[in-house]
Amino acid sequence: MTIEILMPALSPTMTEGNLTKWLIQKGDTVKAGDLIAEIETDKATMEVEAVDEGIVLDLLYNEGDSNIPVNKVIAVLGDKSEKVEKEHSTNNMESDSNEKTDEKKEIKVQDKKNTSVEDANNEEHLTMREALRDTMAEEMRRDSKIFILGEEVAEYQGAYKVTQGLLDEFGSKRILDTPISEHGFTGLAIGAAFKGLRPILEFMTFNFSMQAIDQIINSAAKTLYMSGGQINCPIVFRGPNGAAAQVAAQHSQDFSSWYSHCPGLKVISPSTPYNAKGLLRSAILDNNPVIFLENEILYGLKGPVNNDKNFTIPIGKANIEQQGKDVTIVTYSIMLHKSKEAAKKIKDEYNLDVEIIDLQTLRPLDTETIINSVKKTNRLVTVEESWPFGSVGSEVANIVQREAFDYLDAPIIKVNSADVPMPYSLSLEKLYLPQVEDIIKAVKEVSYIK
Amino acid sequence: MKNLDKKAYLKMYTYMLKIRRFEERAAQLYGMGHIGGFCHLYIGQEAVVVGVLMTIDKNDSVVTTYRDHGHMIARGLDPKRIMAELTGREDGYSAGKGGSMHMFSKENNFYGGHGIVGAQVPIGTGIAFTHKYNDEKNICRTYIGDGAMNNGQVFEAFNLASLWKLPVLYIIENNKYGMGTSVDRAAAGSELYKRGEAFGIPGEKVDGMNIFKVIESADKAGKYVREGNGPYIIEVQTYRYRGHSMSDPAKYRTKEELQNYKETDPIEIVKKEMLKKKFANEKDIEKINKEILDEIKNAADYALNSQYPKDSELYTDVYI
Repeated sequence: MTIEILMPALSPTMTEGNLTKWLIQKGDTVKAGDLIAEIETDKATMEVEAVDEGIVLDLLYNEGDSNIPVNKVIAVLGDKSEKVEKEHSTNNMESDSNEKTDEKKEIKVQDKKNTSVEDANNEEHLTMREALRDTMAEEMRRDSKIFILGEEVAEYQGAYKVTQGLLDEFGSKRILDTPISEHGFTGLAIGAAFKGLRPILEFMTFNFSMQAIDQIINSAAKTLYMSGGQINCPIVFRGPNGAAAQVAAQHSQDFSSWYSHCPGLKVISPSTPYNAKGLLRSAILDNNPVIFLENEILYGLKGPVNNDKNFTIPIGKANIEQQGKDVTIVTYSIMLHKSKEAAKKIKDEYNLDVEIIDLQTLRPLDTETIINSVKKTNRLVTVEESWPFGSVGSEVANIVQREAFDYLDAPIIKVNSADVPMPYSLSLEKLYLPQVEDIIKAVKEVSYIK
Repeated sequence: MKNLDKKAYLKMYTYMLKIRRFEERAAQLYGMGHIGGFCHLYIGQEAVVVGVLMTIDKNDSVVTTYRDHGHMIARGLDPKRIMAELTGREDGYSAGKGGSMHMFSKENNFYGGHGIVGAQVPIGTGIAFTHKYNDEKNICRTYIGDGAMNNGQVFEAFNLASLWKLPVLYIIENNKYGMGTSVDRAAAGSELYKRGEAFGIPGEKVDGMNIFKVIESADKAGKYVREGNGPYIIEVQTYRYRGHSMSDPAKYRTKEELQNYKETDPIEIVKKEMLKKKFANEKDIEKINKEILDEIKNAADYALNSQYPKDSELYTDVYI
């Protein structure tokens, strides 16, 4: 009897991993608890232990193989008497499909249609996390006043590996591991910004920014005003926002509308490596406090980037991701990708051309692009991950009814998460989050398609 | 600390009296409706900030609480513009947008004036971080009220300051009451200066009604911090003669308690010492008193003759 060892999921969002090292060889006897391999995940390199016992009959991947999907068979154990089964191959050993993994795979970056020809020479494909890291490094090389602080950003190389390698290049003076004291280190960073430094503060996730929200709003956002224009706060608060995968209510919350509510803050939420790079550079160069809302599930998303070290995307400018004449979808961050998928299905099934606007910046909001689009399509659906009450979509709807009332041919429909705390169970989590079907339903509804 | 000379005595006396006269005038303008909102007076606590002032380098940074008028005067800021801010005029330090609790002067390294109890402590720690990051020899003096000593972010800041050896001097102004709640009823183990011990931050308690003791302590602590040893805490025992803010009748304490403190009035102590040392006679003092009274009266006149901010100012200074 043989026992299959599968590629383990070593983090909530891991969909594939790299086999950096085998710690066993064919023919070895393995006992439960023995270390068998080193696997590099989306977050770290980890050792994997055997759970079962037996002789190693086969190793199905070589050291250095990358992007091995979770739940693929990587090794086979058996009794002494058994021979190595030749037919084991990576192709036919796919185990039961994992719903979570499939869902993540849905998100694929598509070629940027709006990338100009001039940019083509500077193009390279990077993951979102690499794009973010490279942008920070480029700006840190340019300006010694920039430093990064946060939990696990230095020696651990970042909880989500966004700051990987930066400690080596910039040293512990400029890449600082903090204790788990969000309120304290946020206030400290704001004080440093008042005094002229340019901190980039990583929240391990924005859920923890709640611990520091007084400092962000009362100190960072308001001091320029309260000081009659004397003291500005050039700081970037960045980190993953919104749902990851099954981390439940306290670790899955979207803060888009919370921060967008506050004058004095700018709020950015990128959706691709391309705009992440251009927007993060703008955020770092900005002299105001900027909330930069990333998405954990998008960190591994690979796509083209513009490598020009002066490339920026202006804050306050939305991107028309795809042109269409029938319905406008206004969205941002991860929901851009679900909206695109929905738009494709809508085109195929109902022959409607959906125009998709990726807001990119939530505050200041690019109302002009939204209104012009609605004047063309006469129908609007907003799609976002946050709770429905007082969401960014609520404000978009308010602006559109005021500025383009006579152009609307149907009530505006908002697609949001369910108005409940995030549940843990996979089935409920899926129900909680806006899905492609929800977006299709909303587009049909504003188009009066039964 | 070198011996205090005549010039130093005059400086101490002038600043303390200026603060007191300013606050008395602010109370009057509040009563007349020219100052609105919250207004927290510093009367009784003058020896704290002026004592520390005697040890300060002008490139050192200061950050404090909302009881900040006296701190600004001690920083050498213009009473005219402070009063203009209190009355919400365009010539105020924050152009009329901050008010009593939120005043700043970046060019004088005065970083507020913070309205949220405890918030200035991590901020001051961050300013100290910047001094160190820039290899400057300066330190940040961060004032803390006794009420804030029960606020979590203060301890997070203490931990960071000690961990990273930041040049920050924490000065607890213990005036015995956080609004109406006495320290004994709010702080378990009311020796506030010992609250840095767990982080390895040395601390000491000092009589804040006696400026000479404040100077001695602030000088020693300031040197310790400036030499790169990390933070230091001094708890200055002081007393505010007035209520927490203008709207507080201070019924939580007895008249006798207040009277006892007034008998050790910090300004009187300096005056007596000055006379004893013959650095000034009664006539000199009368002259100083008159000059200060006039200066503060002029400040009030200036403020009341200053314009309110233009309507268009509502939308400026939100972003830079």
